[in-house]
Amino acid sequence: MSTTASEAEKQGEVAGIRARRRARVAWAFLSPALIVTAFVALYPLCDTLYLSLTNTRLASEEPPRFVGLSNYVELVHDGFFLDALLLTVLFAVITVMLELALGLGIALLLDARFKGRSAVRAAMLVPWAIPTAVSTQMWKWMYNDVYGVFNDVLVNRLGLVSEPIAFTADPRTSLAAAVLVDVWKTTPFVALLLLAGLQLIPRELYEAARVDGATRLQAFTQITLPLLRPALLVALVFRTLDALRVFDVFYVMFGSRPDMQTLATYAHEILVSISDVGYGSAVSTAIFLVIAVFIVIYVVLFRRREA
Amino acid sequence: MGGDEQTRRSFLATTAGLSLSALISGCRRAPSAEMDEGEELPEVRMPPPPVRGAVRHAGARLVFYAESVGIGAAIDRALAQRFARDTGATVDVVLRPRDATETYASYQRLFQARSADVDVLSLDIVWPGIFAPHLLDLGQTLGALAAAHLEAAIRNDTVQGRLVAMPYFTDFGMLYYRSDLLQKYGYGAPPTTWDELEEMAKAIQSGERARSRAFAGFVWQGKAYEGLTCNALEWIHSHGGGAILEGREPTVKNPRAAQALARFRRFVGTISPIGVTGYEEEDARNVFQGGNAAFMRNWPYAYAAGNTKGSRIEGLFDVAPLPHEPGYESSATLGGWTLGISKYSRFPDAAVAFVGYLCSPEVQRFRALVGGYIPTILAVQNDPDVARALPFLERVRGATLVARPSNQAGARYNEVSIAFYQGVSKALYGTDPEKALEQIERRIRRSLR
Amino acid sequence: MKARAMARRGIFGMAVLSLVVYLVFPFGWALVSSFKTNAELFSTPARFWPEHPTLEHYRHVLANDDFLHAALNSVLVASSVTLVSLAIGALAAFALGRYQFRGRSLVLYVVLSMTLFPQIAVLGALFQLVNALGLYNRLPALTLTYLVFTLPFTIWVLTGFLEAVPVEIEEAAYMDGASPLQLFTKIMLPLAAPGMVTTGLLSFIAAWNELLFALSFTQTPDKRTVTYAILSFSATTSSAFEVPWGQMMAASVLVTMPLVLLALVFQRRIIAGLTAGAVKG
Repeated sequence: MSTTASEAEKQGEVAGIRARRRARVAWAFLSPALIVTAFVALYPLCDTLYLSLTNTRLASEEPPRFVGLSNYVELVHDGFFLDALLLTVLFAVITVMLELALGLGIALLLDARFKGRSAVRAAMLVPWAIPTAVSTQMWKWMYNDVYGVFNDVLVNRLGLVSEPIAFTADPRTSLAAAVLVDVWKTTPFVALLLLAGLQLIPRELYEAARVDGATRLQAFTQITLPLLRPALLVALVFRTLDALRVFDVFYVMFGSRPDMQTLATYAHEILVSISDVGYGSAVSTAIFLVIAVFIVIYVVLFRRREA
Repeated sequence: MGGDEQTRRSFLATTAGLSLSALISGCRRAPSAEMDEGEELPEVRMPPPPVRGAVRHAGARLVFYAESVGIGAAIDRALAQRFARDTGATVDVVLRPRDATETYASYQRLFQARSADVDVLSLDIVWPGIFAPHLLDLGQTLGALAAAHLEAAIRNDTVQGRLVAMPYFTDFGMLYYRSDLLQKYGYGAPPTTWDELEEMAKAIQSGERARSRAFAGFVWQGKAYEGLTCNALEWIHSHGGGAILEGREPTVKNPRAAQALARFRRFVGTISPIGVTGYEEEDARNVFQGGNAAFMRNWPYAYAAGNTKGSRIEGLFDVAPLPHEPGYESSATLGGWTLGISKYSRFPDAAVAFVGYLCSPEVQRFRALVGGYIPTILAVQNDPDVARALPFLERVRGATLVARPSNQAGARYNEVSIAFYQGVSKALYGTDPEKALEQIERRIRRSLR
Repeated sequence: MKARAMARRGIFGMAVLSLVVYLVFPFGWALVSSFKTNAELFSTPARFWPEHPTLEHYRHVLANDDFLHAALNSVLVASSVTLVSLAIGALAAFALGRYQFRGRSLVLYVVLSMTLFPQIAVLGALFQLVNALGLYNRLPALTLTYLVFTLPFTIWVLTGFLEAVPVEIEEAAYMDGASPLQLFTKIMLPLAAPGMVTTGLLSFIAAWNELLFALSFTQTPDKRTVTYAILSFSATTSSAFEVPWGQMMAASVLVTMPLVLLALVFQRRIIAGLTAGAVKG
């Protein structure tokens, strides 16, 4: 008895040694990635947090001072920041809703088998593959108030409006112009994601539902939507986070236009154009906080439904 | 800072508030360059002068951040080529971002990184004080040449006893108007008040719209960039609203300033196209020179360009001081550019020789004749050919020069300017002027704290 | 009944067709515009098809040194980032996919949260880092900082690939006396090759498309990447027209074409990678 116990102990010890050795090997393989991550992400992140509590400026003669939360206090009173916050949230809500709705429609369309489906799926990658900075320029050309194709169609071919619309200059249409570019660019991603989710749903469920006399609408709300929930959630989270940090579309389309600043372009302006690293870091951190708020909202919302 | 800061300050204090004639001497038909309608730079009509007493700088490679658009870009390129030919140095001409604010940000990052990737820089006259620590002292090498330039300009480029830049040309805002159209619609003289301008622009625009749907009454620089600071400073000052800063205290939140912003906000979409809020100098000039505007606010360079052969408005326009509110002064923002050399340059000798060439009397004369740039050397201003090339100087004498608050804001000038034009731009896009001015004040205070 | 089926098919066909038009029109319009003469570009009403197709804009763009520099820079940056993140990422994925050890889930969690990381949040600190390393306005600054978004993704997807390798293969290798490094290079890497192609493509495309860091860490035209160069195209190109749209569209087509072709050729791989990256999240 005792021998087996000690043997087991010994075996356990051997296993322990092996596990420790394996762990060491694992950490060795991980180390380059960890070092790089620490260097380009974790350290800068902590540094940003720290900088946001100082009055650091680039190219400044005076040494940076610790200023506590005063940058954040200033933030709450900064009309430019608050407007950017409002615009960013508005943009995120509108684009995410549109992208999910449109993406779901496209996914349902492509879930059916038809000739040329793979060609259409390939076409879906076109908007996604084009750099946002470039596609925004392409859209700007289409939006052009004098020579753009949209105005050409609206004014000359359809006669819907009498005067050409300055889509990207007129404050009334600017946000919509940016939303359209983003929706065009990212809906394919949402659609592909949802399509992958749709294809995981066993076809037999639909068969069974039909046998039970369920209508198409019922099948959609009772089977498709619930089973697609995980994919929808992933798309929702990914798109929301992406939309909240939107930079390229607004930067390329509106440049320094102050009524069209998002949180990211505003942070970029403060950090790069003004070099107020302290305040800019506070803006950056605020973006983080906003994203965190959205994550909390989602968690609370979907937990409750789950229960 | 001490005494030099004092002199710098007194320069702008004396320049600002004085009438234009303090800066310019007597002056009357413009020559100039062909404007190519294609994609190339405009042609430089005259060969650039040779480099006097050229010394060989073979092997030196200079990077020159130069003017990026229009005739100015063509001239800078031609001058760089000439210098290269005469000295054996290589000059890489980099087009600086068209937007001065972006140029500023570029320089700041290059300097912060102590980069040797730039040698000679075009600097807005409000920048030498900010970039001085990174600029080479030219007192020893170019001091003698500097003595020929306007004293006020040299004082602007001298920081703490160091001559950190050399004057390239001086600038101020003026009102361009279509003399033919004024006559056509029965106006005998250009407007002196903003109300007059508004009324004339409205009448001409509604008449001309029948001919061209894109015709605009008044174009100016409304994009959110340094140019808007220059424009809005003129509006506010000519409405009696002051000049942004008093000492280090922002003073823009006042009813006169709000009135000025409300007026220009009203212009957008009425006598000015909606797109004007995205206009830089060249955008405004293209519209005006294309015959599609009655009035334009711009710098003097547009005069030469407008009178080139092939221009649709050749001989059909003239200039006047910018309008003002009754009881206040016609105001012109002081502009202009200087040239500096990076302290981190690998070829300071060649760079000094190049700047010496660019700021020489010969080149100043050449630039005035070809591009209409106002020389900073009095003797060149008085040259009969130059005087003939810059006839507009005589016509805008009555305007008051307004300086941007670079002395009060010191190293934070750029931040103050960004805060100012961002707020002004917001007002143009529809934010209530009072609220916009309040946001400007708050942001300026943050910048100067 | 038959009529209804026909109608349904008709509607379905229309829907698919409008979808395809919607997806490719902006690119197609850029393509068509890039072959139009200036006279045709800047005329109203617009022509849908170039009457006198011209390669003029392409000639201009290809004669533009700044643009050529930018294209080369983008190739250099995107390939170096891809290679570095594949090398480092594969090592890490091997550890995460084949070893059980304490802290593994923490590491995975960190990797996942990094994929959701807003780049702007580290911009200020990275700028100081880049300066401290003397990398400002140098291409390696981009190679280094782009790892922020390519590396986590690479690790995440490759881990999934390596987890799926049957344990018997690993045991057989150890029976043959292979060291962990040999196991990694001789067995696991070849098995993960399809995954490496996918993640490599995605990294390359992500790096090629990046704007914010390029804008912040490079400056002179000879160091810019294509996204930055296209942006400054209108800011510095002098022309009688506000923006040289013809050249802009030609340049856009040139920098986009390789990506579109890559995406089309490898569409299955890319779609699998995109959805794998997300679905597992």
